Amino acid sequence: MLKAAYLHIPFCVQICHYCDFNKIFIHQQPVDEYLKSMKTEMLNTTNRFNNYKMETIFVGGGTPTSLSESQLDTFLRDVNEVLGNQSLKEFTVEANPEQTTNEKIAVLKSNGVNRLSIGVQAFQDSLLKKIGRTHNKEDVYSTVFSAKKAGIHNMSIDLMFGLPGQTMEMFKESVNEALALDVPHISSYSLQIEKKTVFYNLAQKGKLVLPEQELEAAMYEYLIETLDKRGFKQYEISNFAVPGFESKHNLQYWDNNEYFGIGAGAHSYAEGTRRRNAGPLRQYMSLIEENGFPYVEEHLVPLSEKMEEEMFMGLRKHQGVSDKTFFDRYGKSMFDVYKDPIERLIQKGWLERKKDTLMLTKEGIPLGNEVFQEFIGVVLD
Amino acid sequence: MNREEKLKRQAKIRNFSIIAHIDHGKSTLADRILEETSALTQREMKEQLLDSMDLERERGITIKLNAVQLQYKAKDGEIYTFHLIDTPGHVDFTYEVSRSLAACEGALLIVDAAQGIEAQTLANVYLALENDLEILPVINKIDLPSAEPERVRQEIEDVIGLDASEAVLASAKAGIGIQDILEQIVEKVPAPQGDPEGPLKALIFDSLYDPYRGVVTYIRVAEGTVKIGDKIKMMATGKEFEVLELGVFTPKAVQKDFLTVGDVGFLTASIKNVGDTQVGDTITSAVKGAQEPLPGYRKMNPMVYCGLYPVDTAKYNDLREALERLVLNDSALQYEPETSQALGFGFRCGFLGLLHMEIIQERIEREFNIDLIATAPSVIYNVTMTDGEKIVVDNPANMPEAQKISVVEEPYVKASIMTPNDYVGTIMEICQKKRGIFMTMDYLENNRVNVLYEIPLSEIVYDFFDQLKSSTKGYASLDYELIGYKPSKLVKMEILLNNEKIDALSVIVHKDFAYERGKVVVEKLKELIPRQQFEVPIQAAIGQKIVARSNIKALRKNVLAKCYGGDISRKRKLLDKQKEGKKRMKTIGRVDVPQEAFMAVLRMDDTNNNK
Repeated sequence: MLKAAYLHIPFCVQICHYCDFNKIFIHQQPVDEYLKSMKTEMLNTTNRFNNYKMETIFVGGGTPTSLSESQLDTFLRDVNEVLGNQSLKEFTVEANPEQTTNEKIAVLKSNGVNRLSIGVQAFQDSLLKKIGRTHNKEDVYSTVFSAKKAGIHNMSIDLMFGLPGQTMEMFKESVNEALALDVPHISSYSLQIEKKTVFYNLAQKGKLVLPEQELEAAMYEYLIETLDKRGFKQYEISNFAVPGFESKHNLQYWDNNEYFGIGAGAHSYAEGTRRRNAGPLRQYMSLIEENGFPYVEEHLVPLSEKMEEEMFMGLRKHQGVSDKTFFDRYGKSMFDVYKDPIERLIQKGWLERKKDTLMLTKEGIPLGNEVFQEFIGVVLD
Repeated sequence: MNREEKLKRQAKIRNFSIIAHIDHGKSTLADRILEETSALTQREMKEQLLDSMDLERERGITIKLNAVQLQYKAKDGEIYTFHLIDTPGHVDFTYEVSRSLAACEGALLIVDAAQGIEAQTLANVYLALENDLEILPVINKIDLPSAEPERVRQEIEDVIGLDASEAVLASAKAGIGIQDILEQIVEKVPAPQGDPEGPLKALIFDSLYDPYRGVVTYIRVAEGTVKIGDKIKMMATGKEFEVLELGVFTPKAVQKDFLTVGDVGFLTASIKNVGDTQVGDTITSAVKGAQEPLPGYRKMNPMVYCGLYPVDTAKYNDLREALERLVLNDSALQYEPETSQALGFGFRCGFLGLLHMEIIQERIEREFNIDLIATAPSVIYNVTMTDGEKIVVDNPANMPEAQKISVVEEPYVKASIMTPNDYVGTIMEICQKKRGIFMTMDYLENNRVNVLYEIPLSEIVYDFFDQLKSSTKGYASLDYELIGYKPSKLVKMEILLNNEKIDALSVIVHKDFAYERGKVVVEKLKELIPRQQFEVPIQAAIGQKIVARSNIKALRKNVLAKCYGGDISRKRKLLDKQKEGKKRMKTIGRVDVPQEAFMAVLRMDDTNNNK
C-alpha cells in the first residue's frame, strides 16, 4: 500500500546560489497550464497505480509560495480532490518567508495543509544575501507568527551550515533564533556545492571560500548537542523534532516505502519501479499531453538494490534498521547478507547493534557516507 | 608478372612520409592527400584518418605508424602509386621514425608559416637526410593572418640548408596547394631502386598484433619479391616463418599475391610474438637469403623505468597478460616482475620516454580495464660500491645505503632547445635549476636561438618539458639524445606515511636539492591523499634524517543531508562514486593512497595547498 505523495512546484521568484533542484524563474512561465498538467498526472497516476491510500502529502519546490493565492487555491483543491481522504495525517507545504502572506496562509489552512516547512537557512541578513535569498529575519518572524495565529503550529525550520563566510557565532545565533521561535521541528543541512549553480561557478574560479571541514564538523556537533538539550531528538541525520513531530512524509523515504512523485522533475517509486519525470516544463507538459505520463527514466529496482537502499536510507534514522523488517521484506537476515561490512563497520566504531537493530553510533553519524557506501555493490543479482 | 613488367611498375611508385611538428598540420594534410587521391569516399572519410587509435586522437599525436597506398593520376596522364607512410611525432619515438623514413625515398617537410621550424622537426629532418631522402618543403597554414611564408622559406634555407625556392605554399585546412604537392612528389621523389629478381630484402618498419592472424608486420620491399607460401627468415632474430597473407592498405586492407620492390604493405605468417619481428629488422628468404641485412637496425633500449602495480592485487595475472599483449605490439616496451612491500606484486617496466610510459599506462587502464598504480619514473643509475662491485639500479627503492656507495653515475642527455631570443634567459634559468651544463648557443636567424645543454636525464623525466613550455608560452621546443653517464651527488629520499616507509614512493634526488624536493613532495602528498579516519603524518627522510614533514588531518565529516523529493538514485550515484574512488586507492598499512600520489614526486609545478 502506497501512502505518500510528493508534488513539485518548480517556480521561483529568485534562484538561490546553491540550488540545483529542478526550478525555473517564474516570470512569463505558463504556471496555470503547468498546474493543469499536474492535475492530469495525478489523475492518471491514481488510475494506474490504484493500491494507495494517502497518509502524507508534501508540496515542495522550487517555491510553492511563489504561486498567487488563486493559483495556490486551485492547485490545493485539485490535490485534495484527487489524493485527499480521511486517513491523510500530514499535509506539508514548503514556504518561503518573504512570500508567505496572511492570505496565502489562509488558503493553505482552508485546504487542509497542517504543516509548513520554512526555508529560513540563516538569521543574518548579510549571509542570506550572500547565498542568494531575498528574505530577511523579520520575514521569518512574521511568517511563523501568522501561521501560528492561523492555527498551524506544526512547522519546520530549515537551517544551513558550512556556508561561505559563515562563522561559528553566526550559526550558533541561527540555531538559538530558531529555537526561540518555538517550532517543533528543525532540519539542518550542510552546504553542498552542486554543478550548474552560482556557487559551483565561483568555486571553479577559486572565488568561493568555504569553512574548513573542522569548522563544519564543529557546527554539526553544536547543532546536535544544543538541540538535544532543548528536547529535540535527532531522529535522522539532518532532522530534529520534539517527539511526535517527526516528518511523517520524509520517514516514508527513509523507511524505503513507495510514494508518488508528481510534477516536473519529480521522482516516484511505485510497484517496485523508480521513475523520474521530465524536468523541463515544456517537455513535462507535452509528455503528459501525449502519453499521459511524463516519465523519462524507469528503473525496476532489483532485489540487491532494494536491500542496499533499505540499509543506506534506513541507517539515516536514529532508530536504525531492524532485522525483523528486513527479513519480512526480503526473506533474509541483513546480518547474513551484509556480514562483512557490518562487522567491519562495528569494529571501526561507526555502527552498533542493539538486539536485532543496527544503527549509526555518535561517531558514525557525521561519517554516514563512509558507512553507507560499504553496503553498495556487496550483493549482486 | 615478369621482370620487365615489375620494373615498369616500380618506376611509377613513389614512397614518402610527412615530417612535421605537432600542430603544424600533418594530419590535416594527410587527410587532404587521401581526399585528392580518392582513397576514400566522402562518407568513409573520418577526420584525421591516419591517427587510428582513440588515444592518438585525444592526444593529437601519432603513436603507431601506418602506411596507405594511393593512386594518383598526374598531369602527365600517368597513374602513379603512392605509399604514404605515417611517422610518430614525438621525441620518444625517434628510432621508429627513422625506420619508417628508411622505407621511403622522399619526405614532405611541413613547416608552419607562422611558427617556423621547431627543434623536433629539425631532428626528423636530420633523420630524413641520414636516410638520403628527397625532402620537399611545404609551407603550411599560409592562410593564417600571422603567416610569414617568405621568412619561413628563408629559415628553411638558413637552418637546414635546403633549397626552398620551390617550396609549395599551402593550407591543408583550406585545401590550398595540395595539387602542387602531389605533382612535386611525382617529379622529385625518386622511384624505388632495386632488383625485383634479387634475393628478398624487406624492411620491417612496424608491427602490430592481431588476435586472429598473429603479428601483422608492416614492410617495405627493397629487393626481390615475396609471395604467399614463401619461407621467410628474420635476419636479426633468426626466426623462420611461412608467408600466409600479403597486402596493402588503401586504407582498407587489400590482399595481394606478392609484394615486390617499392611495395609498402603488410605480411602475416602466424607469428605469435612481436619480439620476433623487431622494427628495423630485414625479412629475407629462408631458402635463398640475402647476405647482408638492410642497414640501420638496432635494438631499442628503454630510457625510463617505473613500477606498475594493479590496485586490486587479484589482477596481477591480468596485468601480466596485458603487458604480454602490449609487448606484442610494442617491442620497445620491457617488463619484468618485481615486488614492493607497499604495493605487492607488480612489474618494473622500461619505456622509451615519459610519453611512451603514459600511453602504455592509459592503454592498460582503458583497454584491459585494470586500475594501476604507477610509481614515479626513474632512470638507470650505475652504482659503484665501496667494495668495488658495480651494480645497476633502475628502481630507487633498490638504491643501497649511502655509506656503502662509492660513486653514483647518472645518464646525461644533450638537450637542444630552440627558442625565440626573448626566452633565452628564462630557459637558461630553468636549465641551471635542472643541473644543466651549458654547452653552446647558436643564433639561427635574427630572432631564433638554438641552446645546447647537457642535462641529467632524470631532470628531463621530471617536469622539464612542462616548465619549458609554460615559461616560454609554448614557443620553445626540445629535442634530446643520450650522451652517456656522469658521476653525481645523488641520494635516496624515502617517504614515510603514518611512520611507515613506503618503498614505492622512494626517489633519487640530488643532495643539494633534497630539502626543497622533500618539502614539495610532502606537501603534494598532503594534497593528494584524502583525509583518513585518523591523522596521518607524512615525512621525507634521507637516511635517518627527516628533511620535511606534514600532516593529513583526520576525516571529520562526510554525510550528505539532502533527500530531495525522494531522489534516491542521486544518493546512490554519490555513494557509488565515493566507493569507486576508494577502489582506485591502495591501502598501505592503514592509509588509503590514491594512484596520483605515487606520481607526486614528479609534480614539482605548484606548491599551493588549500586543504
